[in-house]
Amino acid sequence: MKQPEQPVGVIGYGVYIPRYRIAGREIARIWTDGQNVPPVESKSVPGPDEDTITMSIEASRNALARAAVPAEQLGAVWVGSESHPYSVKPSGTIVAEALGTTPWISAADWQFACKAGTEALTAGMGMVSSGMSRYVLAIGADTAQARPGDALEYTASAGAAALVIGPADESLAVIEAMVSYVTDTPDFFRRADRPYPVHGQRFTGEPAYFHHSRSAAQRLLEDLGRTPDDYTYAIFHQPNAKFPQAVAKQLGFRPEQIAPGLLSPQIGNIYSAIAMAGLAATLDVARPGDTILMVSYGSSAGSDAFSLRVTDALLERRPRAPLTATYLARQEFVDYAIYVKWRNELVLG
Amino acid sequence: MQHVSIVGTGSAPVGEHYTRTLEDLALEALSAALQDIAPALDLSHIKGLYVANAMGEVLAWQAHLGAFLANAAGLSGIEAFRVEAAGASGGVALRQATLAVAAGVADLVAVVGIEKATDRLQGYQELGMALATDSSFEAEHGITLTAQWAMLMRRYLHQYGYTADVFAPFPVNAHANGRNNPHALYRFGINAEKYRKATQVASPLNMLDCATLADGAAVVLLASEGLARELGGNYVRIAGSGLATDTLALHARSQPLLLDAARRSVDQALGQAHLTRADIDVLELTDPHGIAAALALESCGFVEAGQAPAYAAEGQITPTGNTPIATAGGYKARGDVGGATGVYQIVELVRQLCGEAGPAQVARAQVALAQCLGGVGSTAVTHILVAPEKGV
Amino acid sequence: MNLAKHWRQKGTYYLFQGQRHKTTGEIRFPARPPMLGERADDWLPTVLSGKGEIYSFTVLRQAATEFESATPFALALIRLAEGPMITAQLTDCAEEDLFIGQPVEMVTRLLRRPTDKDGVLVYGYKFRPVLSSPS
Repeated sequence: MKQPEQPVGVIGYGVYIPRYRIAGREIARIWTDGQNVPPVESKSVPGPDEDTITMSIEASRNALARAAVPAEQLGAVWVGSESHPYSVKPSGTIVAEALGTTPWISAADWQFACKAGTEALTAGMGMVSSGMSRYVLAIGADTAQARPGDALEYTASAGAAALVIGPADESLAVIEAMVSYVTDTPDFFRRADRPYPVHGQRFTGEPAYFHHSRSAAQRLLEDLGRTPDDYTYAIFHQPNAKFPQAVAKQLGFRPEQIAPGLLSPQIGNIYSAIAMAGLAATLDVARPGDTILMVSYGSSAGSDAFSLRVTDALLERRPRAPLTATYLARQEFVDYAIYVKWRNELVLG
Repeated sequence: MQHVSIVGTGSAPVGEHYTRTLEDLALEALSAALQDIAPALDLSHIKGLYVANAMGEVLAWQAHLGAFLANAAGLSGIEAFRVEAAGASGGVALRQATLAVAAGVADLVAVVGIEKATDRLQGYQELGMALATDSSFEAEHGITLTAQWAMLMRRYLHQYGYTADVFAPFPVNAHANGRNNPHALYRFGINAEKYRKATQVASPLNMLDCATLADGAAVVLLASEGLARELGGNYVRIAGSGLATDTLALHARSQPLLLDAARRSVDQALGQAHLTRADIDVLELTDPHGIAAALALESCGFVEAGQAPAYAAEGQITPTGNTPIATAGGYKARGDVGGATGVYQIVELVRQLCGEAGPAQVARAQVALAQCLGGVGSTAVTHILVAPEKGV
Repeated sequence: MNLAKHWRQKGTYYLFQGQRHKTTGEIRFPARPPMLGERADDWLPTVLSGKGEIYSFTVLRQAATEFESATPFALALIRLAEGPMITAQLTDCAEEDLFIGQPVEMVTRLLRRPTDKDGVLVYGYKFRPVLSSPS
């Protein structure tokens, strides 16, 4: 268990989910003649003018609006993603510029499959706790890629979540402790010059997702001397609808504990953003004193587990930016043809 | 201003001249204009070449068109330069040439309007025209000139409570007149029913309310009063010229539906000619869309604001109406020839004032007004032409 | 490829920064250098609210190169809450949902889809119908 020397917490949070959706059954219509059960009902689809950077900007603006911290007081803007628009050139500088935080900040991009966002969060906790910066902005954002026809295509989706980390006494939720558990387990990866990732099918399950999520969560509970019943809510990484519900059950969490943060059935897996967006959706309904366990998972492979306690400040700050439900409600379904057109799968020259 | 006479005119057919070059088209128009002054004068008497061109760099991959065309015409050595003011280039070049003759600098000059558009595909044609906007805050955001007129049209419909089909009389008139112009791009008629069914290009503007950019070249030869007298002919004269500018960005205007530069250029030109709006018998306007013609007629004081569609529906813009426009097809049927437009307009109006306009002839046409706009009226040039027999 | 051209507009394109007159309080957008007769400090940078309403709009189906693969897309003249009018693309909307007078808000998006695989990505302001909370 890692605990910050000076207590830290979430000062502001923000989420962004694109307006567009594609139904799982629409993808199934193309690839299996409808003869399979999609792993999620629908997934979010980025509009043709959206990418990790634009989604990071909107989620961050929402987080800063809740935090009511002037942008120039941020010490770092860190963007975790596996779909940075540039291979070389940070997303972080563009996001920072759009927020008005430049130039006296740290800015960099993080990559760890689906847990790049919580890696940025972990680093931000350290930066704030050490006193090097008062506030750090940690972002998870993705427009995830999937080979057309692959099982991943049903779930690989788009969204962003941003957290402003700062001193615990200013926070809307104190981050009590965290655990990171990492091994070399090649369940899912994408080589540097390839457009689509490959995955190990059932190998992504028990040895990868479940083992790492459970290990991180159990260790954190043990070190804090708690049980699942000590938590009001829990959020797990959501590669599909089934895995987070299964791991919650294995650990002894009840369905109602994970319900507010379970987004994948509606929007699919927004990768680096999904655990933090689940936290945002949970904070949208939480009350002061509530406790929250958040467990991310990133392929190839690791899990970060965080324990949070909600403060009184949440109630005042929550209405300052759109709720996750606002973004979920504006869904506009597109068919596979429009989806392909927007995802640049067509060769347009 | 001293009187300046138009002693020769010529034009090439507007079209998709894939086999022909820029200089080839320009020389055809120049040769045709020279016929009008032969045998008394020839090419060697031309003392200046004023080349009007809007998009040579983007569309024709050729800049420096003054020396280029002087050389192509065998006129190397004379004063020659290119005038660029987007769609108003032709009118601005005509004004520069007129001022040179009126000032006594030269007694015979040629204005060459040339646009070679079809070497590039549509995306670049749209780009070429869009660069006439305030590019960082308009073109960079995807705006095109057509999109700007479309937004003005929607606002107009909203403000005055019309539906889009009220603009049908404008392209219907243009196409009816273009049928009789052998140099027009489109020589077929359309009707209101076809207009209603046309597909959208930039809503609410549809395909039949949008001009097509094409290749064209036109020439007018201007002579001093003295030289015109020596030539012994009675010529159409340029009695007034006005040029005004407005904001490049459409959004920067306090009243976007008022083409302020258009209005001011008309006031200047009429003042110089000592004429009034009531004296105008026939007009050429920048009319790539019905809304453009409507706003020009209203802004310039020929029609009350909000009344142009009703006015057009009464037939007042046809050759037998009060303010005939597009008698050679306008932008819509003749074709949009970019920087050459202002020169084509003069070629047509000279035909009108000489009674040679065929079925589209306006009866007893004595005074004509030519106006061309760069962008959505960011530059406006107006010229007043008078018939040989009219003593002004 | 334009590099410096977009770079020097980043305050305008990314932050939606205009200028406020230090005595009259008048807002102008985009920011521009002092006009003749103005002093360098007459106008101070100010970030605008990004709120406005549609003055007029169009959906374009025949676009300039670099925008051709994005058609159809919506463009609007937008009257900003602070007074100035601007031209911008509309996003996250269907043509049938749009109307004159509609409240819109600024978002930062890719201004166009890159056609040059080696080109720099251009981000800037667009507007969308104001997000409405679920009732």
